[in-house]
Amino acid sequence: MPDTPIRVGLFVTCLVDLFRPTVGFAAVKLLEDAGCLVEVPARQTCCGQPAYNSGDKSDAKAIARDAIEAFAGFDHVVVPSGSCAGMIRRHFPLLFTDEPETRAKAEDLSRRTHELVSFLADVLKLDRVPETRYAGIVTYHDACSGLRELGIKAQPRRLLQSVDGLRLTELPGAETCCGFGGTFCIKYPAISDRMVADKAADIAATGADTLLAGDLGCLLNMAGKLTRLGSELRVRHVAEVLAGMTETVPPIGGVAAQG
Amino acid sequence: MQPTSHSFKENARQALGDANLQKALKLMQSGFPARRAASIARLPEFDALRDQGKAIKDHVLENLDVYLETFEKNVVAQGGEVHWCRTPQEAREAVLAICRRLGAKTVTKGKTMIAEEIALNDYLEANGVTPVETDLGEYIIQIRREYPSHIIAPALHLVKEQVAESFRATHKGLDAKRALEDAPTLVAEARSILRQKFLAADIGLTGANFCVAETGSTLIVTNEGNGDLTQTLPKAHIVLASIEKLTPTLEDVSTILRLLTRSATGQEFSAYTTVSTGPRRADDTDGPQEYHVVFLDNGRSAMLGTEFQDMLRCIRCGACMNHCPVYATVGGHAYGWVYPGPMGAVLTPTLVGIDEAGHLPNASTFCGRCESVCPMKIPLPQMMRHWREREFAQKRSPAAYRYGLAFWAFFARRPALYRLAIGLAARILGSIGGPRGRFRSLPLAGGWTQGRDLPAPEGRTFMSLWAARRKRISP
Repeated sequence: MPDTPIRVGLFVTCLVDLFRPTVGFAAVKLLEDAGCLVEVPARQTCCGQPAYNSGDKSDAKAIARDAIEAFAGFDHVVVPSGSCAGMIRRHFPLLFTDEPETRAKAEDLSRRTHELVSFLADVLKLDRVPETRYAGIVTYHDACSGLRELGIKAQPRRLLQSVDGLRLTELPGAETCCGFGGTFCIKYPAISDRMVADKAADIAATGADTLLAGDLGCLLNMAGKLTRLGSELRVRHVAEVLAGMTETVPPIGGVAAQG
Repeated sequence: MQPTSHSFKENARQALGDANLQKALKLMQSGFPARRAASIARLPEFDALRDQGKAIKDHVLENLDVYLETFEKNVVAQGGEVHWCRTPQEAREAVLAICRRLGAKTVTKGKTMIAEEIALNDYLEANGVTPVETDLGEYIIQIRREYPSHIIAPALHLVKEQVAESFRATHKGLDAKRALEDAPTLVAEARSILRQKFLAADIGLTGANFCVAETGSTLIVTNEGNGDLTQTLPKAHIVLASIEKLTPTLEDVSTILRLLTRSATGQEFSAYTTVSTGPRRADDTDGPQEYHVVFLDNGRSAMLGTEFQDMLRCIRCGACMNHCPVYATVGGHAYGWVYPGPMGAVLTPTLVGIDEAGHLPNASTFCGRCESVCPMKIPLPQMMRHWREREFAQKRSPAAYRYGLAFWAFFARRPALYRLAIGLAARILGSIGGPRGRFRSLPLAGGWTQGRDLPAPEGRTFMSLWAARRKRISP
């Protein structure tokens, strides 16, 4: 462990903040276990994707400007979502092509920002998490933005290997979108629903008892479909399993004493 | 054809309920992507080739005027003729004028998406000229009076039983006992009909995958050989192409060909790669007496220098739609015009207008798979986002959606207020939904909860719990 701890700013994400604070605390635990000093700037709200992907560039820029200020000064900014991390890393700089000063700040933030699991695996070079147990057959969905914008594929699998009792079985079509798509599921719910129905069938066919992924939007979508279909599958954010927080918190869409 | 892109939602609803279509789409998903992946795995330099292909096309687009003029000069030098058409109407008239001058009764056609774009068949028929599609997929949809649902597999939306049914309904004299149960028997039946048409045709019309500036040649890739018969047997060969098909040299063509066939069908090379250079020469044993290239602009030159210029690199391989999860769910006809899937979502609004096609760039999850497989590295999601920006700036998106977004953005731009509002929402939703862990229905979320539950929030926001934890640690 280094003498001066790494100062990490946690970008909680709006969905984790509202729906699943457990994911935020799992991130904090994983980062602190790895020797980081975690802070959570109070000025953060959202990465701005709802505005950005709806063509509302002006609100997207205002929100991005706030985030750039809120996360100035941290060694790293860590996000428990590939989608929001991708927004900051890939798209914040594009928002300010005509403002060199802000663009430079956005690029600086982009360089310092990482999705949680890739931060643990690629930046901190961890190949295992502190002693953790999870009894179950797990399958993993590669959420699109993390996969294609940030190259997150092997990292979660590598860390999951170190969880005692966990067996990973691959999901056919793991790289196919689950149909969430942020605003897409609001604008085209019927198409989104069919896409997640196909995904749920693929998940069920693996025989796994647990579904993990790294993005809460996709997880809410898949968990919502699975519970509607009466499936017993447990759905969790990968960080919850890696941080060993599954004993105390029910799975997504589930009730206490299930997990 | 009249676009129906404006009713994308209704088109999609029908598509979701069409059992044959859904069966066909499942077959596509297990076919194209796996074949592409296998062929690319055998070519380690594929990604480097993508960069080369992109550079060639970017160079052409920066110098399009020069290459178009060079191409024309070389076509004329070979004894051919180039027709410049700004609009679909001008292109239709150019083709009809050639038909009239030669007294043509029938025109055989190889596969060309530009003919679909200008709705050539309807126009020729209305003017007493019979078009005969010779590509099997195009032939099937022609006799069914449909339009393509995919740019390289026009009849992709059909299962073989539907094709057999259509043949029995249209082919006069077809023995009712003749078996038409699989692809080979269907191909044999179509071939027996088409062979006579090839011989009887007055004019053959094809598209072009490439127009080669240095030689004045056009080039097509096919797998059925119908293109060769279409262009060599009749009196005249008309090539219908859009202006961005220009490629400087044959060497450049061979670079892009390596990308095209692998991206399209997973083939290293298509069965036929046919180069046409001018009409028949004195010592040629066969070939047409006349050679015409009808060039269509139809809004493309207006894309140069805009945020949509990159779209003009598209080589029409279809990889984006083959890998698109939305296309795979609703099929090509839902998009309501000639070009479906991600490339259509970008191109269609420029060709038929954003009023008509506004849904298309919205109907994407931005999963990014299209861009990741595009051999020309076209940033398709980013260009769909450009359309959404225009739509938002012009206040074209639905009012309820805009107000919802403005309401959310008002809070998202004010962290303290946002904290209060979200804290309240978490408590209310958590206390109602908490006991079951999820909602089966929820006001304003009916689209979501119709087919799935909405997991309930845990009850407190992370930020409030974090603040409480901080207080405990350092009061």
